[in-house]
Amino acid sequence: MSDYLQVDVEHRLGELSLRVSCALSAPWTVLFGPSGAGKTSLLRVIGGLTTPDRGRVVLHGRTLVDTEKGVWIPPGQRAIGFVTQRPTLFPHMNVTENVSFGLFGLDGRSCKERVGQMLELFQAGQLAQRMPGDLSGGEKQRVALARALAPGPRLLLLDEPFTGMDADLKVSILQQLTTWLTEREVPALYVSHDVAEAFQTAADVVVIDHGQIQAHGPAAVVLAGWREQLLRQLGEVP
Amino acid sequence: MDQQAIFLTFRLATLTTLILLAISIPLGHWLAYSRARWKPLVEAAVALPLVLPPTVLGFYLLVLMAPRTAAGRAVSAIFGHPLAFSFAGLVVGSVLFSLPFAVQPVTAGFRSVDREILEAAELLSPGRGRILVRVLLPLVRPFLLTAAVLAFTHTVGEFGVVLMIGGNIPGVTRTLSISIYDQVQDFAYTQANHTALLLLSLSFLALLIIYGRRGRAGV
Repeated sequence: MSDYLQVDVEHRLGELSLRVSCALSAPWTVLFGPSGAGKTSLLRVIGGLTTPDRGRVVLHGRTLVDTEKGVWIPPGQRAIGFVTQRPTLFPHMNVTENVSFGLFGLDGRSCKERVGQMLELFQAGQLAQRMPGDLSGGEKQRVALARALAPGPRLLLLDEPFTGMDADLKVSILQQLTTWLTEREVPALYVSHDVAEAFQTAADVVVIDHGQIQAHGPAAVVLAGWREQLLRQLGEVP
Repeated sequence: MDQQAIFLTFRLATLTTLILLAISIPLGHWLAYSRARWKPLVEAAVALPLVLPPTVLGFYLLVLMAPRTAAGRAVSAIFGHPLAFSFAGLVVGSVLFSLPFAVQPVTAGFRSVDREILEAAELLSPGRGRILVRVLLPLVRPFLLTAAVLAFTHTVGEFGVVLMIGGNIPGVTRTLSISIYDQVQDFAYTQANHTALLLLSLSFLALLIIYGRRGRAGV
């Protein structure tokens, strides 16, 4: 896969000064770094939830942000799926309505089929009629994943989405998710603290600290070089 | 009881409430989410009727509506008659005077929506209209009800502005609160008591609706 995402941005947010310049080409890229390093801020800039002070973001050749030229595409028009650590389902809609919220231009039958496929993918078919208030944290997260993928995004941003899921379910869902993304050639940028996941998904790794990229490359190379520092950083994470 | 005044009052309150809800949704949305530097100016203007004596607002509206002013002439051209001492004038005055009672609950409702829920909707929806209709309005519905009840009851009980702008014309501008005033002036205490009891019951019922819903929602 050639470079699908080019990011060259600067953004100041309180104590954090985010200065990132990189081009991503791997289907699965894991963002490592200690808490407050700027990982979530970077995802928010790419997703359009934060407008950078300066810079440019290009996805599949389409400019999403260019502060110099005054270009800014709203989040809902970027074709980016974003799943955060805390699942935020719409509390007044049931699971089916939540998953179908981002679907446009589909007739009722196609919409229902797509929602069914997404829920099955994340082993949540039996939850279709339930309200978010009746779901556990792990169930909510699976529904949030289904909702993010349903519209067919061209990039998936995952900010520690498996927090609160039991280990077996996490492995199973991660496998299905990577298969689904690979089949459709949808790249993912994934914030994680789990080194094993980086190897499992044959990922590229980006190490970020103090708002800047410290290393970028294949998991085996980067993680070996940063082993001690990473262990120290990961030890800080609760 | 003055049947004409009852009908006129409820017509005025219903119309005022509908207009205020239509204004409160976009205005409340703007007040909740805008980062404009001059937002405090708008917030202060909206809240002004809370602290302003009704007669002051009534006086300025009367001056503004006078046929000799440019604003008065423009309004007369739209309505076909001067607004002062007319039902349309009462509606304008009531909308302005009850504005904070509708806008502030709706603004609070929009502010209460979890920022992350709003962001999730923004990521999935290409247009803001869809987010407003399918996510925000259902979530702020209890606040809309509060706004409607407060605007309605406040309009029903309004006295100062109504008297200044509308005077006391039976069937045109005489509302229930002015009717009570007339009845007391005429020493018709039994009638005044009936009218006052109606307003008292209505106000109590309105508060019961608001607190009842809050109780069910566990707020």
